[in-house]
Amino acid sequence: MAHSADHADHVGHAPAHHQAPLVMYFAVFFGLMIFTVLTVVASRYDLGNLNTPIALAIAVIKATLVILWFMHVIHSPRMTWIVVISSFLWLGVLFVLTFSDYLSRGWNIY
Amino acid sequence: MANPTLHHLQHPGELEEEARAHHHPFLQHHFEDLGQQHEASTLGMWFFVAQEILFFGGVFCAYAVYRVMYPEAWSAGAHHQNWRIGLVNTIVLIGSSLTMALAVWAAQGGKRKLTTLMLVLTLLLGGIFVGVKGFEYREHIHEGLFPGASFTYVHHENPALTPAIQLFMVFYFTMTGLHALHMIIGAGLLLWFIKRAWRGDFGPEYYSPVEIMGLYWHFVDIVWIFLFPLLYLIH
Repeated sequence: MAHSADHADHVGHAPAHHQAPLVMYFAVFFGLMIFTVLTVVASRYDLGNLNTPIALAIAVIKATLVILWFMHVIHSPRMTWIVVISSFLWLGVLFVLTFSDYLSRGWNIY
Repeated sequence: MANPTLHHLQHPGELEEEARAHHHPFLQHHFEDLGQQHEASTLGMWFFVAQEILFFGGVFCAYAVYRVMYPEAWSAGAHHQNWRIGLVNTIVLIGSSLTMALAVWAAQGGKRKLTTLMLVLTLLLGGIFVGVKGFEYREHIHEGLFPGASFTYVHHENPALTPAIQLFMVFYFTMTGLHALHMIIGAGLLLWFIKRAWRGDFGPEYYSPVEIMGLYWHFVDIVWIFLFPLLYLIH
């Protein structure tokens, strides 16, 4: 198995051990609660076309908090980062190709 | 780095004897040490989660296509959801993610009772979430919003929207149903993990299973983080 240079020190030791401070988990939870309330408050106002992008932006921020700190990706080897990032890359391909079809159907360019 | 396999072939007996003498009961023989085993198992779980992201991604993508086609119906459909219940359930589920993360933290610190307690709390909060979801389903079915032959709902302001609202409810039940199925599978796994944690399987040297259970649970939480605004809050 290939280890990146900054994780070479894990080889030969028992666990790839990183116990984060307890306060971090409560801070992330607090942040998630703030953004949850924020998304409900934002949905109470009619912001025209901005409602959905704002709701999605808040959801992306919340998901990032969970992935980086609850799921410990921030302290993970680079190989894990590659899998995480590429999964969202493929998700992007799924959306872009699907919408390039549906959104262009009414164009009548022929 | 020296190739451990080649090294192994040179002195098979010697190394195996050494491994048997020192190795942790949960160290699989094909790994060098628990650190390598931990990295391999979390990476493997991330591959599974990547697959799950694309699995749910397909449904989210279909949802988005029909939302572009029928924006008014999607808005009317979301208005039928009780956002207050959705908000409470979001808080409950994120709370269960916190207790799950704390279970991993406790396992890393070798705190057997705290690990078990946190897993029990995670199961409890997950159970509350699914229970509330079931209550919501009952309300929808009562209002005739379950798609198919039993769909008796008519949108009064604009009856022409009714068929597209039914389509919204197809997505509502598919997405929340798949999510709830993942919760129920997670709850089953948690029962097994509570038993293992209480038995003392986990500790500072070996907490990978709890970490992996956490990855699954947090992933299911992330799906809900997107479902809540998309099904309850959009206009």
